[in-house]
Amino acid sequence: MAVQETLEGTPAKASLIYDPKVRGIFYQIVLVAVIVWLGWEIITNAARNLEAQNIASGFGFLENTAGFGIIQSLIHYSEESSYGRAISVGLLNTILVAVIGIALATVLGFMVGVARLSSNWVIAKLSYVYVEVVRNVPLLLQIFFWYFAVLRAVPNPRDSLELVPGSFFLNNRGLFMPRPVFESGSWMILAGLIIGVVGAIVLSNWARKRQMATGQQFPSFRVGLALILGLPLLGYLLSGMPVSMDFAELRGFNFQGGMKVTPEFMALLLALAIYTAAFIAEIVRAGILAVSHGQTEASYALGLRPGPTLRLVVIPQAMRVIIPPLTSQYLNLTKNSSLAVAIAYPDLVSVGGTVLNQTGQAVEVIGIWLTVYLTLSLLTSAFMNWYNRRMALVER
Amino acid sequence: MADTTHTPPSAAGVGWVRQQMVPEMAPPTSEIGVIGWIRHNLFSGIFNTLLTLFGAYLIYLMIPPIIDFAIVNAVWTGEDREACVGVHGACWAYVGAYFNQFIYGRYPFPEQWRVDIIYFLLFAGLIPLLIPKAPFKQLNTVFMLLIFPVASFILLTGGNMDPGIWSWGVLLVAGLIAAGFILLPVFAGQSDLASSQNSLIALAVILAIPAAILLVVSVDFGLAGVETGNWGGLLVTLVIAITGITASLPIGIALALGRRSQMPIIRLVCVVFIEFWRGVPLITVLFLSSVVLPLFMPEGVTIDKLFRAMIGVALFASAYMAEVVRGGLQAIPKGQYEGADALGLTFWQKMGLIVLPQALKLVIPGIVNTFIGLFKDTTLVLIIGLFDLLGQVQSSFTDPTWSTPTQGHTGYLFAAVLFFVFCFGMSRYSIFMENRLDTGRKR
Repeated sequence: MAVQETLEGTPAKASLIYDPKVRGIFYQIVLVAVIVWLGWEIITNAARNLEAQNIASGFGFLENTAGFGIIQSLIHYSEESSYGRAISVGLLNTILVAVIGIALATVLGFMVGVARLSSNWVIAKLSYVYVEVVRNVPLLLQIFFWYFAVLRAVPNPRDSLELVPGSFFLNNRGLFMPRPVFESGSWMILAGLIIGVVGAIVLSNWARKRQMATGQQFPSFRVGLALILGLPLLGYLLSGMPVSMDFAELRGFNFQGGMKVTPEFMALLLALAIYTAAFIAEIVRAGILAVSHGQTEASYALGLRPGPTLRLVVIPQAMRVIIPPLTSQYLNLTKNSSLAVAIAYPDLVSVGGTVLNQTGQAVEVIGIWLTVYLTLSLLTSAFMNWYNRRMALVER
Repeated sequence: MADTTHTPPSAAGVGWVRQQMVPEMAPPTSEIGVIGWIRHNLFSGIFNTLLTLFGAYLIYLMIPPIIDFAIVNAVWTGEDREACVGVHGACWAYVGAYFNQFIYGRYPFPEQWRVDIIYFLLFAGLIPLLIPKAPFKQLNTVFMLLIFPVASFILLTGGNMDPGIWSWGVLLVAGLIAAGFILLPVFAGQSDLASSQNSLIALAVILAIPAAILLVVSVDFGLAGVETGNWGGLLVTLVIAITGITASLPIGIALALGRRSQMPIIRLVCVVFIEFWRGVPLITVLFLSSVVLPLFMPEGVTIDKLFRAMIGVALFASAYMAEVVRGGLQAIPKGQYEGADALGLTFWQKMGLIVLPQALKLVIPGIVNTFIGLFKDTTLVLIIGLFDLLGQVQSSFTDPTWSTPTQGHTGYLFAAVLFFVFCFGMSRYSIFMENRLDTGRKR
């Protein structure tokens, strides 16, 4: 029947219930209704429960005095500071451990990733064992290990381990290092550094343009490095060597002066860097393997030597594969730094947890956490999309 | 002299030309066998030699101390800390004394046979499921997905639940709505009752399963009730991990399909859901489930703390799973979708029979990686006060009976080895399955 009708030019008329469009609209209306209902339930329940527990909602509590100490802060903080200040201290500590952790994990990860492809059997197997062991043991366990079993088990300040005689001490209060003291005139060092960096960038741009135009090469890397290192040194000498070192000294039961790195920070940093490096190593290995051997051979055939081949042919193509998963590992490291709460390193979650316990403002504190981490991850994925677009293979 | 019988005239200056090949000489001993392998792989140049020596030094630095600690200097028997004090080796006697807690938590000792049965059922059901050649795959799957969860629920909690009248009400309303959908064409006069018969029977079967579960759960088997607060150790780790794994896969597939849906609102909801869970750390999710979720509940409704953590972990993992599955869906060529459409398959037939089997096969490594991540992440529940394996190890350190300098190292080593065995096992199995299923590309 249907076939005949179609042949005659009048399309078969299906019932509305079978029309995909109508069905789609219906399903979506149902979904919206369910979500609105859930949202309404949650809001009314939360309002009633908060009222029953006598908790005022809103962010007014951020102005109140915190009244608890924080063992490590990058900005000035005391017990009289406000909750808002405490949370920003936590945020800065999260950023600190994430930035240093990312740098360490990248260096270690690239080394292990390359080592896994080494033709040297011992090195390749060692890196394989490292990757498999570290990846298959929970991060929290590793943090506990570094904190409780290693850094809390080192001797007390009186019997400190002298890592570098007279300047670097490790004990159960932390790692003590010399701190550089900048006296007046130090601005010349900074100025030298800034001029050096800008000069190196300008120089490399000029060198690239000249090479494009004339084919002449210029050792821009070496000259740029000399600029970046030499100009601050020149500033240092010209201004009369205004930098001195403040060494940590044992006075009484603890060290005074110098720079102190808390065991909490070290444990978290070590665990995060070592754990993430194992994942980065696998990404790097996959990225290098993704560049076909023909590329290397073609480059040799063109007369490029192994160094330029690696720098100009292999690495740019491997990076295309490496960068997207690498950024998501960086994001993972940042999110995993929230495990700090388990060893009381004062990061965003740990400080926020204390605030939550003191004030009972659960919804607001968790809202702050979620906002901060979501912003970070949305920024990262925006960067990733931008990079992907820039780096995508242009085909036909 | 036979070689020189024929001298070509052109080679007048050559006094002697060999006519036959010399027999092949054996390769030099330095190029073959163990020596050759060592020369090529370990000492092929100055740099390589230095690397080898460096690697050997690293091994020397790490392996002997670990063996010394774990085996040579270890203390295997003892009653309390006296046995392990002053010994620089693992205190396995402490692990022995705490072994029961590490495996069962504070589950009451007389009831532990129930946990044993579950461990047994788990491995008895899982191992034949994982061996490709083992028979009765369908029955086995039904057992693992239906009977095992219900049985473990009853055994672990003691059963004798009161599901409440509202759960029967929800089931009834859902049944009525679904029946209405099936019968809609009949009422609209589009078809007759007979053609809807099969759908109605299917619906009755689907509804009978939750009804039967509700019934069984509310039966009093005479088992003593055990609070989830008393669960701990490996039991909690496995409960959270297994429920997370079984829940995250279907939810993740649904989210991935939703994200690729043509319907804008459904797509938007799925994208927001996935990006939200992927953007926040699991700890905040666990805090959300333990602190904020009770605020969202109507008065008088409380959800068990362990169950709340399970919900958090499952939702968190399903967002990651959704992205993995989406990768697989995107890798399936458009022709497969169009081919299924051309055959007149419905959406669910197209997905279930054509697209998903291929897509899931492609992303097995990603799925297993998510499982491994979830398994490791179960340790985080100790931060919200649940005692998983690591939490149980950590809390045992407060016991003065066994307090020695090596107690921490021993406990962490034990937990690390246990986690390693599970996670490494999963990753090896995934490689095995990957090779087995990679039939399309092998020729």
